[in-house]
Amino acid sequence: MDDKSLLAPGYSTCAGCGPAIAIRTLLEATGEDIVICNATGCIEVTTSQYPMTSWKVPWIHVTFENAAAVASGVKEALIAQGNDKTAVIALGGDGGMLDIGFQAVSGLWERGQDVLVICYDNEAYMNTGIQRSGSTPWRASTTTTPSGLVSKGKIQWKKDVPAIAVAHNLPYVATASIAFPADLKMKIRKALSIKGPKYVHIHAPCPVGWYFESSKTVDVAKLAVESKMWSLFEIIDGEKTLTHKPKGVPVKDYLRAQKRFKHLTDEDIDEYQKRVDASFDKEFKK
Amino acid sequence: MTLNVLEGSMAVAESVRLCNPDVIAFYPITPQTHIAQEIATLIADGKLKCQHIEVESEFSALSAVIGSSAAGSRSYTATSSQGLALMHEVLFAAAGMRLPIVMNVVNRALSAPINIWNDYQDSVSERDTGWIQLYAETNQEAVDLTIKAFRIAEDKRVLLPIMVCMDGFFLSHTMEPVDIPKSIGNFIPKYKPTHAYLDSKRPMSQGTFAYPKPYNTLRHELSKTIDKSNIVIREVNEEFSKKFKRSSGNGLIDTYKNDRKISIITMGSLAGNLRYVVNKRDDCGLLRIVSFRPFPKCDIIDALKDKETVIIFEKDISLGTSGGSLFEEIRSALYSLDKKPKIIGVVCGIGGVDVKTDDIEKIIESADTMDNGKIVWLS
Repeated sequence: MDDKSLLAPGYSTCAGCGPAIAIRTLLEATGEDIVICNATGCIEVTTSQYPMTSWKVPWIHVTFENAAAVASGVKEALIAQGNDKTAVIALGGDGGMLDIGFQAVSGLWERGQDVLVICYDNEAYMNTGIQRSGSTPWRASTTTTPSGLVSKGKIQWKKDVPAIAVAHNLPYVATASIAFPADLKMKIRKALSIKGPKYVHIHAPCPVGWYFESSKTVDVAKLAVESKMWSLFEIIDGEKTLTHKPKGVPVKDYLRAQKRFKHLTDEDIDEYQKRVDASFDKEFKK
Repeated sequence: MTLNVLEGSMAVAESVRLCNPDVIAFYPITPQTHIAQEIATLIADGKLKCQHIEVESEFSALSAVIGSSAAGSRSYTATSSQGLALMHEVLFAAAGMRLPIVMNVVNRALSAPINIWNDYQDSVSERDTGWIQLYAETNQEAVDLTIKAFRIAEDKRVLLPIMVCMDGFFLSHTMEPVDIPKSIGNFIPKYKPTHAYLDSKRPMSQGTFAYPKPYNTLRHELSKTIDKSNIVIREVNEEFSKKFKRSSGNGLIDTYKNDRKISIITMGSLAGNLRYVVNKRDDCGLLRIVSFRPFPKCDIIDALKDKETVIIFEKDISLGTSGGSLFEEIRSALYSLDKKPKIIGVVCGIGGVDVKTDDIEKIIESADTMDNGKIVWLS
């Protein structure tokens, strides 16, 4: 373990935690001159157990749904103090940032404040026990969308938050993955170099909630990208560019690597492949 | 001293300007709107220099000023009714994180049915959140309490958020002669927090997770701190009174001709009606509660210990108890007395209905025949 990390060891995430990798990689790119405004969630509870903290940078947590609003206030306070340099980051999982906290995120984006919004997306409410979120993929089995005799898991497609971010006219929107740390760090640095609101959405697998071996986190994350289940791109002033051309491995390889999709038949997976291909082609084959 | 005839909201906006907040966030709600608009105008005209965040909800308004206060800047917001209810979750966080935020609550009834007029259901329902609550009788007092609130909140012995409550419409939209001091000098010193800041050279974690034991200790500390804040509220009231020649009683309670056998008790602008009744009669005096939190138990016992009868007029109802919270708490405070006065509760003014002085007098006159502990609903 790198003892220079701005996230000190001792935090209590599960073995193989994808979000923990996301945060450590993020902090390598940001440097020390930041304030983190963290929504309630896995990262918050595991890194801040009073009277200890893993954060070597200023850090604040208030509630589940207000990280972006807290960040708005922190940013304006720093401006009032004559500090236009320290980067303010609103950070949370897919629950905190994309569902219950999304109103505050949208408000921040609409106001155009110079804050970086980051979502580490582990595709369900993992902190409370693997309940579905708007970011849970189609047909994943979760504790509130369990597969069963008549159910194939979650009914809805994953919420497309980067597209919603673009609709707010953000100067910079990017997706990233913990399996591509150089790409992730490049995007964080670029985001921080741009004044205004920006959004980086990091795909971060959860071995406990997706049911795979804790040593396989990076492999699973890589499969998501190479199978086009998760694409790496950036959108600068509305212009969308892939930053990694996926190899196009079968979606089946990704789905079968985790047990949240184990109820799907080969036919179901063929259907899944078609939807993923169509979705990718619509976005990137123009 | 120069008196200007000002709407309550305008007067409060001027008092906020005098206190120089660094960050302000508002979401408009009737009847708080005039405060938000007037402060926005002061900023637009360069008369108040501060960062103004135009948030998308009251929940975000309080969340944003929690962020700015935690970052070490003086922070202010204002709301009413549904807006305060929407803030409920973060009210607890602001107090638990010991952030000296000042918020004007322009009191209004809560849904349902939806109603924009004045009662105290909104702020009284938030009495257990760890915020100090002060209630203004007049526009002048709304100004004075707002100024004092910054000083009390930021005192190192307190470091708690404060709601300065003022009646919707009866004060917020009503013109009264008000003195706005030209300057408040060093009455409110520069805010230099040592307990809460977000500075990358001195990293600090705020709002951490706590297991049962430390959680328990921190909540106990919070409870002791708000209890003891009565000392600072008194001190600040005294210092203000020396400097500006006005006071809110002793800071916690205010009394008027309270040497008579009956005490009539209330909070906020209704005290004006009660004063009128006191002046008309010779059997009753007034006890006005300025600080509902901390609850000034000792002062109340002292003011009521020799009374035959006490009658509480309040604009809130604790549903399921038939009466209001002030009635329950005053009755509980008087329990330790050997000789207890007769106590009568009056729920009045709910949803903004007028509380008529004739009705107040009728209750005083029939108090003799009422059972001890009776609750009357005045509509």
